[in-house]
Amino acid sequence: MILITRILFVGLLTALCSIAQAAGLTIEITKGSQTAVPIAVVPFAQQGAVGNVKLSDVISSDLAGSGFFKSLSEDDMLTKPSEPERVNFKDWQVLGQDYLTIGQVVGNGGSYNIQFYLYNVANGQLLMGYKLTAGANELRRAAHHISDLIYEKLTGRKGAFNTRIAYVTSAAKGNGKQYLLQIADADGFNPRTVAESPEPIMAPAWSPDGSKIAYVSFHTKRSEVYVQTLSTGHREAVSSFHGINGAPAFSPDGGSLALTLSKDGSPDIYVLNLSSRNLTRLTTGLSIDTEPNWSPDGSSIVFTSDQGGKPQLYLIPSSGGKATRLTFQGDYNARGRFSADGRSLAMVTGSGGGYRIAVMDMATHTVNVLTDGRLDDSPSFAPNGSMVLYSANKGGRSVLSVTSTDGAMQQKLAFDSGEVREPVWGP
Amino acid sequence: MKFNKTLLALTITAFMLAGCSSDDNESLATDTSGTDASTTSTTPLSDGGMSSTPIGSGLGTGLGSGYGSGTTPSNASNLGPEFSDPSNPLSKQIIYFELDSSQIRQDFVPVVAAHAQYLTSHPNAHVILAGHTDERGSSEYNISLGEQRGKSVERLLKSQGVSASQLEVVSYGEEKPAVAGHNESAWQMNRRVEVGYQ
Repeated sequence: MILITRILFVGLLTALCSIAQAAGLTIEITKGSQTAVPIAVVPFAQQGAVGNVKLSDVISSDLAGSGFFKSLSEDDMLTKPSEPERVNFKDWQVLGQDYLTIGQVVGNGGSYNIQFYLYNVANGQLLMGYKLTAGANELRRAAHHISDLIYEKLTGRKGAFNTRIAYVTSAAKGNGKQYLLQIADADGFNPRTVAESPEPIMAPAWSPDGSKIAYVSFHTKRSEVYVQTLSTGHREAVSSFHGINGAPAFSPDGGSLALTLSKDGSPDIYVLNLSSRNLTRLTTGLSIDTEPNWSPDGSSIVFTSDQGGKPQLYLIPSSGGKATRLTFQGDYNARGRFSADGRSLAMVTGSGGGYRIAVMDMATHTVNVLTDGRLDDSPSFAPNGSMVLYSANKGGRSVLSVTSTDGAMQQKLAFDSGEVREPVWGP
Repeated sequence: MKFNKTLLALTITAFMLAGCSSDDNESLATDTSGTDASTTSTTPLSDGGMSSTPIGSGLGTGLGSGYGSGTTPSNASNLGPEFSDPSNPLSKQIIYFELDSSQIRQDFVPVVAAHAQYLTSHPNAHVILAGHTDERGSSEYNISLGEQRGKSVERLLKSQGVSASQLEVVSYGEEKPAVAGHNESAWQMNRRVEVGYQ
């Protein structure tokens, strides 16, 4: 929707009304990459009212959070130019910087005109220069867009900074609890509550086009699977069978949901056609079969099964057939999630008392453990495959964490209070 | 530049965007439409005319006051005094499990047997067997493990003559820990089935 040209408009795509609800969020890089590329993002010159969003901070944080870059601290900058003619590249060469971004933002009575330039510090070459216009409340989005442009220019891969995540929070409320299903920007900002319940909410799953979320709710004191349209808030119970209704996963065409149901005995994988409501059973037997996730081409479904005694990952054709075992290392491999290109599979792997996030290369079946937590769970890939979002326990609380797919960089997104679990990266 | 030590403490105020539709923030609890209820496997209790009968021999005094139709599980104050007598196995309404196991431990076999005897002699009584796990591992797998624990208890109760219509299994997996904490002493309290008289 957003045209990438020399002049770029970040339009107000969805009609959202703002509501003054504050939430404290801290982003902390907990493990930095040794090989990250140094980049300096100079604070943008400001004219007019530009609100409380500091574009250079958002861009620096995005780029550093990708693991590919390390951003120069503002305190270490010798000069802070905002116009091309003011740049002295020697100032940046002595600081060991490879790249430099400068820019300006002009507040224009509710909208913002932004210009920025990206330079190669070694030879002073202008690599990129853009103007863009952002509407009210869109400054962070504009900053993420700039991060995407820089990231793609310098890495050749699409950025994932302008994407969204979904997750479930829980906190004490009165004598009970309050569970919130929220969606937010990929960096955890702009949280928006899409469902609320005094009973657990679990397993949010995005539709491929990002317009819907499927999730499990226990608000009737039994599990049910809902599909909710984000733009309208309309939701529909699509699975309310006896026993478990769990682990929904949209097919790549958005027309079906893979589910875990135990209505016929033990938990098994089923595919529910969302228009005909036809239900197809994929697995049988007495074992636990759960946590389905579709391969991006739709041909197969990965799932967790304890049919061999311990939970391991298996692959089954989505039209039904024989399951083949994928994981053989360790006692516990669960919750497989494909990357968008289908080449990698993220999972929870248990060994030595800890549960960590690992990624399997689907071609070689090599497994690489990315994290070192004790209670890491719920991995999902960024749409560009560069990062994995997961939940981790830090200081006795469940927080969201992000790791680069090589494990070199980790950061956590900590909210002020309560537990944050079940994160899933949107398309 | 020592980036790995740099704390980007961007504690800033994030504005929450709410969708324009007022439905967006509507509580799920208020959204139970009739069609949902018809497909949910709820087993309503019989009405207030449910009369209690004295329990069988060997299980303490057979008072058995009527118990209400509230949905709060395991509210022993609504049950007969045998449920609060520590020497009576009925006072134990939580059955604990070993790690990644849904097998009933030997020490809980008499507890399940006591509930079986109570349920067979009170055919109007209805229990929800709520299965739970500790927090380790993936949450959806734990939903399945919690259900297996509930079904183990259900199977043992049925084998001792309890009618299937008196029993219902619900699994909450790791979602509702009994004890907060992230160590073995908390985990062993959380691997459980709660026998909730309705």
